[in-house]
Amino acid sequence: MKGMWWKILGVFLVLYAIVGGLLIEVPRLPILNETIRNLYFHVTMWFSMIILLTASLVHSIQYLSSGSLERDTRATETASVGILLGLLGVITGSLWAKFTWGAYWVNDPKLNGAAITILIYLAYNILRGSLEDPKKRARISAVYNIFAYVLLIVFLIILPRVTDSLHPGNGGNPAFSTYDLDNNMRLVFYPAIIGWSLIGFWMVNLRRRLFLLESKDDD
Amino acid sequence: MIRRILAAFLLLLSLPTFAQDQVPMADLMRSSGKIYVVVGVLVIIFVGIVVYLWSLDKRLTKMEKQSK
Repeated sequence: MKGMWWKILGVFLVLYAIVGGLLIEVPRLPILNETIRNLYFHVTMWFSMIILLTASLVHSIQYLSSGSLERDTRATETASVGILLGLLGVITGSLWAKFTWGAYWVNDPKLNGAAITILIYLAYNILRGSLEDPKKRARISAVYNIFAYVLLIVFLIILPRVTDSLHPGNGGNPAFSTYDLDNNMRLVFYPAIIGWSLIGFWMVNLRRRLFLLESKDDD
Repeated sequence: MIRRILAAFLLLLSLPTFAQDQVPMADLMRSSGKIYVVVGVLVIIFVGIVVYLWSLDKRLTKMEKQSK
C-alpha cells in the first residue's frame, strides 16, 4: 500500500468531480444551459494535459543536465499520457461545440491551436521512433520537447488571447469566473483538475514500470 | 423515510431557483430524481476503469518482484 496514497486521492477527487459536477447547482446561462457542467470534464482534460506536459518538460530539462536515461523514460511516458488527455479534450470539445456554437469544428484560434499542438506532440513520438541510439534519441527528443512546450504555450495560451476566440476568457470574452460570483464552480473544478492529473500520473507510473520490465527482458 | 426527508430537503434547496426559470435547465430530470441514474452510470464506469488500473498495478508489482 506504500506509495499508493496519491493514486487513491486521485480516484476520490475524480469521483467527487463526477458526483458534484452533475449535482451541484450551476449558473443558468442561455445557450450553455446544463452544458456549463462540461467545465468540470472537458476543461479539466486540458488543464491536466498542461500539468502533465509541464512535468514532461521538467524531466527533459533534467535529462539534459544529468544525462540519466531514467529521466528520458519519465519525460516520454508523461508526454504520452498528456497527449491522450489532449485528444480527449479535442473530442469532447468538438461535441460541446456542436451544441453550443453550432458545428463540430469552428474556425477558432484555440481549436486550431489545440490541433497544431497535438500534431507537434505526435511528431515528438515519431521523432523518437525514428532514432535507434538511446542516448542520441534521449538528447534530441529532450530538446524537441522543450521546443514543443514553447509552441504549446504560444498556441494554446498566448495566441487565442491576442486574437479573437469564442472561448471564455479569450479575445475579450468574459471567463466563467465572471458569471460565477459565488465561486461555487471552483469547488468542483479545481479538485477535478488535481484528480485527473493524479490519474494521469498513475497511468504514467504504469507505463514507465512496464517499459522498465520490457527493457530488462531485452538484456 | 430517510429518502423522503432527503427528497423534501432537496426540493427545499431548489425552491429559490424556480423564480428564475427563463433559462431551461434539466429541472424535470432532477425533480423526478433520474439524474442520479446518470451519476450512477458514470461512477460505475469510472470505478471500473480504476479497478482495471489497480489490477494492472498489482500485476506489475508482482512482475517487478519476480525480476529482482
